[in-house]
Amino acid sequence: MVQFIQPQRCGYLMQQTYSPRSGPSGEGPRPVLSLHHAAKTFGPVVALAEGTIEIQAGEIHALVGENGAGKSTLVKILAGLHHPDSGDFKVSGESVQFRHVGDSKAAGISVIYQEPTLFPDLTVAENIFVGRQPKGRLGLISKAAMVREASMLFERLGVPIDPTRIAEGLSIADQQIIEIAKAISLDAKVLVMDEPTAALSGVEVDRLFAVARSLRDRGTGILFISHRFDEVFGLCDRITVMRDGRYISTHRTIDVAVEQIVREMVGRDIGALFPKVAAEAGDVVLQVEGLSRAGVFRDISFEVRAGEIVALAGLVGAGRTEVARAVFGIDPYDAGEIRFEGRKLKAGDPQAAITAGMGFVPEDRRKQGLVMNLSVARNVTLTLRNKLATAGLINGAAERRAAEEWSKRLQVKTGSQEHAVSTLSGGNQQKVVLAKWLATDPRLLIIDEPTRGIDVGTKSEVHRLISDLAGRGIAILMISSELPEVLGMADRVLVMREGRITAELDRADASPESVMHAATSSAGGTP
Amino acid sequence: MSSALDHKKVTPPAPGAGRGRGTLASVLRLRELPVLIALAVLVLVTYLINPLFLSPQGVKDLLLNATIIIILAAGQTLLIITRNIDLSVGSMLGLVAFGTGSIFSSMPGIPIVAVFAIGMAFGAVLGAFNGILVTVAKVPALVITLGTLYVFRGLNNAWAGGKQFFAGDRPDAFGALSVDTLLGFPIITLLALAVVTAAAVYMSGTRPGRDLYAIGSDPDAATAFGIKVSKRVFLAFLANGALAGLAGVLYASRFNSVGATTGTGMELTVVAAAVVGGVAIFGGSGSVAGAALGALLLTTITSSLTALRVDKFWQQAIVGVLILTAIIIELVASLRTARKLRISEARNV
Repeated sequence: MVQFIQPQRCGYLMQQTYSPRSGPSGEGPRPVLSLHHAAKTFGPVVALAEGTIEIQAGEIHALVGENGAGKSTLVKILAGLHHPDSGDFKVSGESVQFRHVGDSKAAGISVIYQEPTLFPDLTVAENIFVGRQPKGRLGLISKAAMVREASMLFERLGVPIDPTRIAEGLSIADQQIIEIAKAISLDAKVLVMDEPTAALSGVEVDRLFAVARSLRDRGTGILFISHRFDEVFGLCDRITVMRDGRYISTHRTIDVAVEQIVREMVGRDIGALFPKVAAEAGDVVLQVEGLSRAGVFRDISFEVRAGEIVALAGLVGAGRTEVARAVFGIDPYDAGEIRFEGRKLKAGDPQAAITAGMGFVPEDRRKQGLVMNLSVARNVTLTLRNKLATAGLINGAAERRAAEEWSKRLQVKTGSQEHAVSTLSGGNQQKVVLAKWLATDPRLLIIDEPTRGIDVGTKSEVHRLISDLAGRGIAILMISSELPEVLGMADRVLVMREGRITAELDRADASPESVMHAATSSAGGTP
Repeated sequence: MSSALDHKKVTPPAPGAGRGRGTLASVLRLRELPVLIALAVLVLVTYLINPLFLSPQGVKDLLLNATIIIILAAGQTLLIITRNIDLSVGSMLGLVAFGTGSIFSSMPGIPIVAVFAIGMAFGAVLGAFNGILVTVAKVPALVITLGTLYVFRGLNNAWAGGKQFFAGDRPDAFGALSVDTLLGFPIITLLALAVVTAAAVYMSGTRPGRDLYAIGSDPDAATAFGIKVSKRVFLAFLANGALAGLAGVLYASRFNSVGATTGTGMELTVVAAAVVGGVAIFGGSGSVAGAALGALLLTTITSSLTALRVDKFWQQAIVGVLILTAIIIELVASLRTARKLRISEARNV
């Protein structure tokens, strides 16, 4: 079903010096970096249960896994940003324990993030040499030498960047190249690239890969994290799969197929966790037709019926939140039409969306959904101000009554309505946000990542609540990056990939494999 | 890395950036250029209308008026570049100036060099106090130094009461520093130039100096990069205090009387000088030389407007317009960068 052309891999097959072997441990040459059984918890949240990775010199090693599989935590451990609670970490065969970023750098590990953090006011050359600028006469920094060395690095990378310009305004791709130049000048033995291609165009990706291959051929070990299977299979020599914070497997790329990797990424029991109450789908509430926004999403069409839960699945960055924001009128769109209960909805006007009967529960409760320092009561009644006001002044007693009623209905656990929302747990905060919107009596609720950052116990409570709302005839559009949540809750699943809907699956057809496939590969899953 | 210095010359990789054009372009890109042009135009126009403006005595007065602000602006630049600020400089100057008068009064025979050392050390202590509060309490410098502005001023009031020290209380050699000239320059102006040069070299030519730029450019990135942000910021406050101390001693040399209100309101002129001189108020860019030029421009404007017989009340408004102009220039520059970014992204797609 899916074919990947891998012209570049013959390059390493001919080069016998560094021949990567399969398997996580032992049998190959001594790895330049090895991390075994690393664990990291933040309070009650287990971010990494068992992180294991081995990187050989002269290989490009892919790390894949769903959102929340623990990849980022693992990267931060390698970078010295997080300190693992336990585990065995070796660089070049020596045990290491990083206290801060400087230790990781000194050990020869360079990490390039999706969006590099350069100093915008400093020149490109200075950004490469911050803290170790070459010195000239009188012990002062020699700008000429700095520019010359930077030029040589860029020449070596085959990328023309003017070392004397300031970093502000550089494209992400150029910023990444500068980070790579920095890594080379630091003599990095291991280069970690955390989703470097997410913000790049096709030409830029090719350029980055050419640079990565030439570094590999010189003996650098590269850890490449990506959601795009074509890239993983086109570029990498070995693949390590993680799931739920655990190491699952390591394969040689030539020995494995995409289907198997997908299976390993998602393989777990689903279904029993989130019982969706069956509900008859009613009339069409929301109809989206040919919605497009240049560079963000394209040709998005779907509908949501009363009492139905429609999940918008896909990987982070696929454009799901952007679509939801456009539907709710927060962001503009270039083409297409949104109809709410048959009537055309004004573009770019959230107030119109609310008046029509829409609610929006954003992903980031702390920043967008709640006023953290205000009381529970105030937050619940934020959307009701006009209804509760007499002659423009809010009636305090009416506000309290409304807040109490909704908090009771959603079982918000709080000591007092007057406590600041910031004192509640994540799950209860989410209930307050839901209460806030339910009080407006909406016909459609858009919920972005309903259980992000919520502990497992409260999670199912939030799920039951959403399912219950659908049962009462509210149409629900849910964005979720958690496959079990999508599969357990949704009547229908829309899968997005790179700004387009690549699959629409009914509950019966939606499986981890089918969703993951549509979310990651261009060839698969299109209906 | 040093072996790399011997490598063959590499052609500049930027397309169309030939060496000759590069030099001209880099002069035109100088942030100090607008203020330099403004200063030249101002001096020229005033001179054409009132030629006395550029007489030897006229030039000497211009420089003397600018000297103290130049030193304070140099110190302030260190802080503004790191996204900090010190509003207490006027109060620090007042304390040190009064202290200088009081030392000479109680110990008439003390060597002048010792007074300079004591004044700078006193200023450094005051600056360090600000620095500790900012880096340990993690409260914005604007708030902290607004507080110490009043604390230091209050100390000055309590100490001085209604007392003032006059030039007659101080040795003649001390007062002569701001009267005598060397090659046409007042001695204290030469001192200020030396300070500005040292600060400028530190900021552009040393690693700790460049760290200050990195800190102001992106404090989080600087921390993540392993730059010792707190230490650097603390030292910048300390250095600024020492410079304010130096300015305080010079103030006592230059002006007749020092008392409880000496230096009141000076902090705003100092910050204005730095901003007009191209030091970005949000940190990360600007130069000590630019701030010094800004100080010279601000004090020259006052003299020039007086020479042109412009009503004194208009002078402040004109200074205000100058500050706004500097900020607008800043804004236009950053908008241009943003547009360039969009163009370069569009090309890549």
